[in-house]
Amino acid sequence: MAIFLTGDSRIIVQGITGSEGRKHGARMIEAGTKVVGGTNPRKAGQTVDLAGQQVPVFATVAEAMAQTGADVSVVFVPETGTKAAVIEAIDARMPLVIVITEGVPVHDTAVFWAHAEAAGNTTRIVGPNCPGVASPGKSNAGIIPADITTEGRIGLVSKSGTLTYQMMYELRDIGFSTAVGIGGDPIIGTTHIDCLRAFQEDPQTEAIVMIGEIGGDAEERAAAFIEKNVTKPVVAYVAGFTAPEGKTMGHAGAIISGSAGTAQAKKEALEKVGVRVGRTPSETAALVREVLQAS
Amino acid sequence: MDLFEYQAKDIFANYGVPIQQGKVATTPDEARAITAEFIAAGKPGVVIKAQVKTGGRGKAGGVKLAATAEEAAEKAAKILGMDIKGHTVHSVLIAEDIDIAQEYYLSFLLDRGERTFLAMCSVEGGMEIEEVARTNPQALAKIPVSPLAGVDAAKAAEIIAAGGLPEEARAGAAALAERMWAVFTDEDATLVEVNPLVLTGSGEVIALDAKVTLDDNAAFRQSLDQYADPTAADPLEARAKAKHLNYVKLDGEVGIIGNGAGLVMSTLDVVAYAGESFGGVRPANFLDIGGGASAEVMANGLDIVLSDPSVRSVLVNVFGGITACDAVANGIVSAIGLLAEQGSPVRHPIVVRLDGNNAAEGRAILDNAAIPVVEQVATMDDAARRAAELAAAAVTGA
Repeated sequence: MAIFLTGDSRIIVQGITGSEGRKHGARMIEAGTKVVGGTNPRKAGQTVDLAGQQVPVFATVAEAMAQTGADVSVVFVPETGTKAAVIEAIDARMPLVIVITEGVPVHDTAVFWAHAEAAGNTTRIVGPNCPGVASPGKSNAGIIPADITTEGRIGLVSKSGTLTYQMMYELRDIGFSTAVGIGGDPIIGTTHIDCLRAFQEDPQTEAIVMIGEIGGDAEERAAAFIEKNVTKPVVAYVAGFTAPEGKTMGHAGAIISGSAGTAQAKKEALEKVGVRVGRTPSETAALVREVLQAS
Repeated sequence: MDLFEYQAKDIFANYGVPIQQGKVATTPDEARAITAEFIAAGKPGVVIKAQVKTGGRGKAGGVKLAATAEEAAEKAAKILGMDIKGHTVHSVLIAEDIDIAQEYYLSFLLDRGERTFLAMCSVEGGMEIEEVARTNPQALAKIPVSPLAGVDAAKAAEIIAAGGLPEEARAGAAALAERMWAVFTDEDATLVEVNPLVLTGSGEVIALDAKVTLDDNAAFRQSLDQYADPTAADPLEARAKAKHLNYVKLDGEVGIIGNGAGLVMSTLDVVAYAGESFGGVRPANFLDIGGGASAEVMANGLDIVLSDPSVRSVLVNVFGGITACDAVANGIVSAIGLLAEQGSPVRHPIVVRLDGNNAAEGRAILDNAAIPVVEQVATMDDAARRAAELAAAAVTGA
């Protein structure tokens, strides 16, 4: 098992003919992912050569789903067209939409999220501004490097791409069930809580690593969820203890407003419910090894 | 991007949100002339308001009344140049003095947790809204607003009624709220706040203050450049922005360059912890060079970081995900060469930690280049420690 993405997942790429779509589409195929098609209304009927595989291009997501049985879409469409692309996928009832694009205006994200809710939450959205979802050895949807680690028993959910890679690297000998990069924007589709719930139910996952950063109260909400619903060991890391108030640190959502959103408050909320929080990525990895040995 | 009050009010005026009229002055002479105009137009006097992007300016003495043009010039002279919570006052808004009957609060903002928009309204205006939320939470109405349905006349009336505004203010406040919502959506704002919203002696509802934050991600469809504030940005931050670098100036001694926002934030923390053992040296900046990291980006990054006179050592912390470490290593070598050619050779030690994709190749490139100021360390923790140690040694030696 794994969460959200399995070896059977059939993936299309929205924006498959663009440079990012082609580059990462090819990497996904090289990692053994079933990339079954892509969309670009202006290039429908053509094929794209990705890592030696001829991948068909369709005009619409609905058509791609009908022709290929796709159940996951990875969106590389630039920020000017991201909202329309995601809404199209929701309307086609795509089960999982992973939005890699960064720089999406938050009003656009709010609108496509509201649209997904109005459609009855039949589409799970991950992102935007995220590295994607990887279930090592099975499938890789997005830009997470596939060769850092192998299949294993750790589940990982993270706001940050490079910290995800760093943590996968530190624990590469143990391996991961699934790593989910949820993104660092102020409004995101899938949250820490959604992933914690899925990892709790996933038989392959024995321990969960949660990576957060300054801004918002997602980590505090996750702590409240863990207290009531998660029995598997959770180890956390929070970045941004030294970040000053009122400055955006790279991610649009990574900003301390007044006293809200500090790393210290997040750490305290997590520790209060028994989550062990590492001071550095390497200390966090060491804590994961400890909890796995104890369980 | 936070706007000044006068910029926010300009936007309000364009959208038909009733505002307190005013004009910006950057000198006491301008303040005198503007006040004379208001008085000639029959206004009883003016309010001089410091234009700073922070709260609490009233308490800090940045808001004063004046009844004559001369008094306005004197008071503007005192406020201009004042420091309010680290913000220097470069301009003042000279606004008509308003006969205030009552003060309320109204805002539209993001609700990150609920992934939607939120309206907040209260009959308790004119004080810090966090204070109202803490001491009298039932007086602050929070009404979710669907991004799909938005705010029509009925929704606006619902928001104002929930805030408990009295009957005589409701129609005016609801009309104002509807127009404020148009500002929020059409301008890609993440916050539009009026505190206080006032009922005047003559029964009008107007925005006495205005606070607007715009979404930088919407730059492709909004003209955000018009709000750029050269006086407020740190000179290094401004230079970095011109080179499309994601740089934030901090006040320590260890320059930081890394890839990915999360990893760079984490690097700042790890350097600060390491610094505790070395006389309290701290990170000097945040700089995310992103994926790719070409020689040019690395050269620009090193140039900016080393232009900070407080910097005593630099830590380059890269985890090669998509980025290949050999490309990063080549970038560092060419960057150091480029800087030497430009007549600003690197003199501070540069500690480099490369891991991940093609790390062995990257390390070999740096080993072969044998640049005296470059030192490689294998892990992030050890690299942070070494960079802190070198910075501390330079500080003590200086």
